[in-house]
Amino acid sequence: MSATIASPGVVRRALHGTGARFGLAIAVVFLALTVFAPLVSPFDPYEQDLSSALSPPSALHWFGADQYGRDTLSRILYGTRTALLAIVMADGLALLLGGTLGLVAGYIGGRVDALIMRVVDVLLAFPYLLLALIIVAVLGPSLTNSVIAIGIIYTPQYARLMRGQVLSVQSADFVMAARSIGAGRLRVMVRHVLPNSFTPVLVLATLQSGAVVVETAGLSFLGLGAQPPSPDWGALLAEGHGYFLTAWWIATFPGMAIFLVVVGFNLLGDALRDQYDPRLRVR
Amino acid sequence: MAPYVAARLIQLLFVLIGVSIVVFVTMHLLPGDVAQLLLGDHATNEQLQRLREQLGLDQPVWVQYGRFMVDALRGDLGSSIQSNRPALNDVMTAFPVTLQLALASLLLASLCGVPVGVLAAVRQGSRFDTVVMTLTLFGVSMPIFWLGLMLLVLFAAGLGWLPVGGLMPVGLDPPRVTGMSVIDSLLSGNPTMIGASLRHMLLPAVTLASVPLALIARITRAEVLSAATADHVRTARAKGVTDSRVILRHILRNAAIPIVTVIGLQLGLLLSGAVLTETIYSLPGLGRLMVDSILSRDYSVVQAGALFIAVVFVLVNLAVDILYAALDPRISRS
Repeated sequence: MSATIASPGVVRRALHGTGARFGLAIAVVFLALTVFAPLVSPFDPYEQDLSSALSPPSALHWFGADQYGRDTLSRILYGTRTALLAIVMADGLALLLGGTLGLVAGYIGGRVDALIMRVVDVLLAFPYLLLALIIVAVLGPSLTNSVIAIGIIYTPQYARLMRGQVLSVQSADFVMAARSIGAGRLRVMVRHVLPNSFTPVLVLATLQSGAVVVETAGLSFLGLGAQPPSPDWGALLAEGHGYFLTAWWIATFPGMAIFLVVVGFNLLGDALRDQYDPRLRVR
Repeated sequence: MAPYVAARLIQLLFVLIGVSIVVFVTMHLLPGDVAQLLLGDHATNEQLQRLREQLGLDQPVWVQYGRFMVDALRGDLGSSIQSNRPALNDVMTAFPVTLQLALASLLLASLCGVPVGVLAAVRQGSRFDTVVMTLTLFGVSMPIFWLGLMLLVLFAAGLGWLPVGGLMPVGLDPPRVTGMSVIDSLLSGNPTMIGASLRHMLLPAVTLASVPLALIARITRAEVLSAATADHVRTARAKGVTDSRVILRHILRNAAIPIVTVIGLQLGLLLSGAVLTETIYSLPGLGRLMVDSILSRDYSVVQAGALFIAVVFVLVNLAVDILYAALDPRISRS
């Protein structure tokens, strides 16, 4: 079943629509900027130049400058790195924690399953943002801790999805065959069940990437994530909040960057989801 | 119906116990010693020991949890180190601000989202439909803290039409009855106050409504489209029933249940999601209280706020589930 799901033809078909291509283009540019930020940035993102403090967009500073005269465009370009770091870390953590919990719950079943799923239910009983706030309260405000918090709040979704996948793959013929020739529990789980349950989980990770960017930026905006002078998009918006009456550009452009990246990942995620699992399609 | 409600109430009890354990455990994982935190760095060992005994911190964890629950059920969730008032008081003072914001946003999102969704579905594939689908994609992708800032830049800083933040203009406060500025202004009967409270509410409500509006419009469109293909709709059309009557009597009635559910479920999310909006518009709501308490390490308030929001969230969702079952008898029977 999953062998056909993972075939490159499906990915190619998923990327056929205009929306998906647009999303892919945004994602590619975003990823390229994380690598080439130092090459394309006109200024050092930390370099202060008080003579151009709060200067509006101009030929020199395309997106204007902030209260310390730092170039907004350069800070946004470097901000792609924090955003990517957040996606990789938060998605990775949720995938690792949730994936493992779901795999164990689905494969072992019985009391272990019941216990894990009750914990998952309780975590789902919290509104997302509240859970993130509680976790940041415990760990202390910082970029790393806010990303950990976001990773944890997404864990239940991965656990549920993975468990469902494992339950359906488990009864497949090839798993029965592996068991009947004497493969051990761990081996069946890691070699046969896991690889065949993984694709939808990866689709979920793509879908979540946009949300991760927004939530990391949101926590930074509240002062609970990345701290100044880090060129994080949420922190840039928080700085812009203090100057919105006089310098609209400080908040406008970083927000646009977040918006574009989120639209890109949402389009890409929707297209992948529609191809991999039509049942999940937003009706 | 009754067995279904009973089953859901028992389930609720377990979820609430789980929620209280999560809040209790996380607050006990706090880095550093609570006694040290309360007394400061200059406290002697004896003072620290005495406070730990007073607070019961020397007891086993399950005894501490038991005490925490007994106190919580009595409404005692500790005192704020900032305001010196009971933590629950601070939470209850802030809650009406958040509730008013959430209700206003939900009202706005439903009043706009449902008709837009129905129109888009009726004209499926038209230019209007395409515009709606594109705008709703933007709506769910737009960070609300950015939208809020842009509205401020445009309508408050640029055009000067609307105030930049706060609940009421300085010095113009209605007598406190509900704690909700709009309701209290209405009760005061003072037209200046009513106008001011509404003007202050407009941008925050629009900001917070953006995501639920997009979701409600999308769900409405999808549900109307799927209800429109049902056999009884085809029959009605074949009988010669007019278009508007088919939409109102045969399609919307069947599409209403999932739409109502989505609207209900949004309320719980809005109550917690209000924190960003409250920050942008300097509203003294529950979310802002939580963030300020986290930043000033006022953990009693964080704990009280977390428990309060989680309980309200769970209760709202339960109410929606029960309403859903009441509307659709198939649910409680299964």
